[in-house]
Amino acid sequence: MKKYSETAMKYIFMASATVSIIAVVVICVFLFSKGFPTIAEIGVFNFLGGTVWKPLEGHFGIFPMIVGSIYVTAGAIILGVPIGILCAVFMARFCPPKLYKILKPAVDLLAGIPSIVYGFFALMVIVPVMQDIFGGSGKGILTASILLAIMILPTIIGVAESALRAVPESYYEGSLALGATHERSVFFTLLPAAKSGILAGVILGIGRAIGETMAVVYIAGNQPILPDSILSGVRTMTANIVLEMGYAADGIHRNALIATAVVLFVFILIINLSFSLLRRRND
Amino acid sequence: MANRNFRQRLKEYKRSPLSGLLFLLVCISAFIAVAVLIFLIIYILYHGIPNLTLPGLFAWEYNSENVSMMPAIINTVIMTALSLAMAVPLGVFSAIYLVEYAKRGNRLVKLVRITAETLSGIPSIVYGLFGYVLFVITLHWGYTLLSGAITLAIMILPLIMRTTEEALIAVPDSFREGSFGLGAGRLRTVFRIVLPSAVPGILAGVILAIGRIVGESAALIFTAGTNPVVPDSLFASTRTLSVHMYALMSEGLYTEQAFATAVVLLVVVIFINALSGFVAKRLATDK
Repeated sequence: MKKYSETAMKYIFMASATVSIIAVVVICVFLFSKGFPTIAEIGVFNFLGGTVWKPLEGHFGIFPMIVGSIYVTAGAIILGVPIGILCAVFMARFCPPKLYKILKPAVDLLAGIPSIVYGFFALMVIVPVMQDIFGGSGKGILTASILLAIMILPTIIGVAESALRAVPESYYEGSLALGATHERSVFFTLLPAAKSGILAGVILGIGRAIGETMAVVYIAGNQPILPDSILSGVRTMTANIVLEMGYAADGIHRNALIATAVVLFVFILIINLSFSLLRRRND
Repeated sequence: MANRNFRQRLKEYKRSPLSGLLFLLVCISAFIAVAVLIFLIIYILYHGIPNLTLPGLFAWEYNSENVSMMPAIINTVIMTALSLAMAVPLGVFSAIYLVEYAKRGNRLVKLVRITAETLSGIPSIVYGLFGYVLFVITLHWGYTLLSGAITLAIMILPLIMRTTEEALIAVPDSFREGSFGLGAGRLRTVFRIVLPSAVPGILAGVILAIGRIVGESAALIFTAGTNPVVPDSLFASTRTLSVHMYALMSEGLYTEQAFATAVVLLVVVIFINALSGFVAKRLATDK
């Protein structure tokens, strides 16, 4: 009898473990089975390469949204990565233990704040500031990039800090012994040694930024056009879904929005894959 | 190096200005990260707290006059409980399998790890649309509490798996050996010895998951909908607090109420983070 429950529980544990596999398969099957036929119906080139998005007139080109997502993400990376890495360096190598006890929970809290609150904050604070400085609506690539840079900070800091801590102490000591200052040792021996770990953090940050929805939708301006400057309003793929899903009628409009999510999903899968490849190489 | 004083440092930086510059840069960056957080918190609290006294903000019934957040708060609790009820057993059991049962180099384990990693990288809006396609379109459930809870359960599963796994790995092998040595089987060892000592770590993960659920909006709008009433069944549409805030913002008329909702959300998140940190610290001191 006892033997029996042992094996039964073993299989229950095993079955639970397969749930995440099943979940990924089910997500792929349902999204792809809705998305790919729609993309085929609209035409791959018309959908991915089309520059006009006018659902009511039958134009379903998401190229401006793809460009919008990439621009906003790139902006977030340009602004957020240097600050994130430097902050991680500070936390790993410069921070007195007492300050660390405050800094670490602060960074964790930055990760815990809901994206809707970030969006609201940006709408109330960053948008008016941008209006004052540059005129116009204050919503656009730059505004969204600044907010996303803040939002990806904890991701980059977390991964980069653990990458820095994983570098053997002997690297640092060796550099000190050769007469380098503390700062030089950290920046010219530890940082290069932790390079691929830090890169993995950046990739993870890219994934966060490109998938962010609620924070972006209020501050990016949402015009489905190809942007001509960093102040121009853009619509990201995520915003496209949220903005129109509510009123999209059954049929091709709604399916085109689901197909937008599929394109985003494929982007994320590629980003995830490069992240895990990079991490595997580290181990 | 750590115990050099300020004057020594200054002298060093005079000799090597680059070092001084680098030191300055890292300090500025850390300052920016913290300053942004503090500014955000103070800004929301400062502008939001006066709005908490708006009439009817916490009334039991929602109407377009008072836009009460009370139903949304109750819904958030229900949604959290439901999602956890699904995700915690599954997550903990998977972690038990990965740590206690699976043999090294097991193919299934690799696949589970890869898929869990994939799940944790999927943006919430993609989860939302997946839930929409599965529950609303394919199963014809419409916007329901249950659809939202299942979607969220999948979303937090990898988080619970990872934190439980870490907590189980942290239990010293001598515990297990002692239990086996006394003649206990694997199952008894897991439930009587390993799990109890891993509870604080698991709890810290669960608390973080609660934070994710409370803050989630994109995954819920198209699965659980935005109906601002307390649901009478699993198949009724509901709105959680974050979705409530989204609805207030998109209607554009309720900035004051949105501020008040932001305060509640922020306070909850700060409390949850502090609690998780506290529980995790207890884990560290117990060992």
